[in-house]
Amino acid sequence: MILVIAEQRDGQLNKASWEVVTAAQRLSARIGGAPVKVAVLGAAVTAAAGEMAGAAVAEVLAVEHPALEPYTADGFVGALEPLVASQAPDYVIVAHTYQARDFVPKLAARIDAALITDVVGLAEAEGRPAFTRLVFQGKLAADVLPEGKPPCLVTCQAGAFPADAAARGAAPAPVTTVAATLDPASIRQKPEAPFREARQAVDLSQAARIVAVGRGIREQDKLPMAEELAKLLGAELAASRPICDAGWLPPERQVGSSGQTVAPKLYLALGVSGAIQHAVGMKASKTIVAINKDAEAPIFEVADYGIVGDLFEVVPALIKELQKS
Amino acid sequence: MKIAVCLKQVPSRDWQPRVNEARTWVRDAEATFEMNEPDAYALEEGLRLKERHGGEVVVCSAGPARVSQVVREALARGADRAIHVESDALAAADGAAVAGALADAMGGEAFDLVLTGLQSDDQGLAQVGVALAERLGMPHATIIMEVKVEDGALRVKRELEGGWFQWVAMPLPAVLTIQSGINQLRYATLKGIMAAKKKEIRKVEAAACASRQRIVNLYAPQKTKQTTMIGGSAAEAAAELVKRLRDEARAID
Ligand SMILES: Cc1cc2nc3c(=O)[nH]c(=O)nc-3n(C[C@H](O)[C@H](O)[C@H](O)COP(=O)(O)OP(=O)(O)OC[C@H]3O[C@@H](n4cnc5c(N)ncnc54)[C@H](O)[C@@H]3O)c2cc1C
Ligand SMILES: Nc1ncnc2c1ncn2[C@@H]1O[C@H](COP(=O)(O)O)[C@@H](O)[C@H]1O
Repeated sequence: MILVIAEQRDGQLNKASWEVVTAAQRLSARIGGAPVKVAVLGAAVTAAAGEMAGAAVAEVLAVEHPALEPYTADGFVGALEPLVASQAPDYVIVAHTYQARDFVPKLAARIDAALITDVVGLAEAEGRPAFTRLVFQGKLAADVLPEGKPPCLVTCQAGAFPADAAARGAAPAPVTTVAATLDPASIRQKPEAPFREARQAVDLSQAARIVAVGRGIREQDKLPMAEELAKLLGAELAASRPICDAGWLPPERQVGSSGQTVAPKLYLALGVSGAIQHAVGMKASKTIVAINKDAEAPIFEVADYGIVGDLFEVVPALIKELQKS
Repeated sequence: MKIAVCLKQVPSRDWQPRVNEARTWVRDAEATFEMNEPDAYALEEGLRLKERHGGEVVVCSAGPARVSQVVREALARGADRAIHVESDALAAADGAAVAGALADAMGGEAFDLVLTGLQSDDQGLAQVGVALAERLGMPHATIIMEVKVEDGALRVKRELEGGWFQWVAMPLPAVLTIQSGINQLRYATLKGIMAAKKKEIRKVEAAACASRQRIVNLYAPQKTKQTTMIGGSAAEAAAELVKRLRDEARAID
């Protein structure tokens, strides 16, 4: 059996939950059609569980306990340990969200299970399913086999398995409400309400064009060159996380999973490697140009146009070219 | 406060990884190495907490003899001493084996606070810090952007997705995984480098810990996108790109 753990907050399902249903269904097809079940955890999750019951799965488990909301790692692991023991799945599949990063490794350590994180695809090795994940900043892919006793825990990268490929059932799957066994006193984290930082001065999501600089720019003193290019293109200046971490540009100019999500007409990436956390924030841009000295940089995987070269040669040449007209 | 900072030595970002013959790991004998980036921020946070609350900062690193490079660097920046879990096998080990070895070496120290990076730049497992918390029996919080110690307890700011944050309170001792950018890094001074030479690096033998996964094939990822690559000199490429952006993509006027 394959157990999917869906993610919800305030009754709202995370779309990535459907992506992991796709992953589970594909894995199931490879191991002789093992049944897929979906667990939804929270204080009151019948509505969210009902939504997941639209998928072609054997059963949806609404795992409820007042202490499961708000989310805490201690609470989730406390509830999941007995659930996994009673359901005895061969695989447990979760979307690689920030929440999964927070509790899945703890669950794996608690039950001494394999955990393969941030998986982007399925492979095969030694006659059983292997899981593909990217290593070395996306420069290499690794097929990984779990070791030890089942279950094998797997987290899937955002977007790796399309949500709309999840097979829907002819009739809704049965929903079973499970009262979680959980001792609220065992929860040591006391979370407060989520909040956003003060309103941002620049709204990159509205920009028609964006010039983004990455660590390839090397020094803060080189930023004016990128600014000049941006000005000639009528573009806003943005950056990868390390540039904002270093304080060279304010955090509001950061693009990516922990920054802004943008979709301009033109996104020109200068010395950005294209790590997944950056790519998720910009890959919906209409036209993407990458200038990078490394022909193997993952950014070329999302780019429409690519120039392999030194940005300190290409950018001045671009500035000159644009000044011509 | 007795603060541990877990540091991993990873191949430099500039190094182009090449796969070994067995396709199970990279040819790291050819690599240059550096401190895993988020770990540098974890170290800085540890040093700042010590400056505010007193105590000591102990660097913990698992890996072959070569990891002493980043350990020395951390001592030069101001860490007080180090524990080096020395083992060649841990260079490419999985999260379960590394967390097990670290927990075994750190367990007896009774740390008040353990800081790790949120993930490693080479394997990117994003699990050692959290697994370590479970093995040490400590509560944890991940992707931390601010740390406050108030009345012997913690209040930390977690980064959530899409620009959201959340404060979480928890008792000490605890494990935190630190996100890059939480602070501004300091660099080693000459005085720090000299002082580091006298600081203790305690070598610990690695406990035998089972791994829970194994790389069976390592390769260059397949390209799926059709990218139009523009060649020529910088001037030629610039002219061609501008032309295509105007006429083909209509992305500029
Ligand atoms: C939970 C989490 C959240 C994150 N959120 C974000 C986020 O929101 N946004 C984000 O950007 N990152 C984020 N990151 C970090 C991300 O994983 C990468 O580390 C980061 O995006 C890398 O930035 P970079 O491409 O600028 O640097 P690097 O990866 O160091 O790449 C630099 C690139 O510049 C190229 N280069 C160097 N010199 C030159 C030159 N002279 N000419 C041309 N090219 C050159 C190199 O070939 C390389 O490809 C997050 C990470 C985590 C774990
Ligand atoms: N070999 C190691 N020695 C010390 N700390 C490590 C080691 N491997 C991982 N860590 C710590 O665990 C964090 C997460 O690593 P990972 O789970 O590999 O992504 C890193 O940022 C380090 O702080």
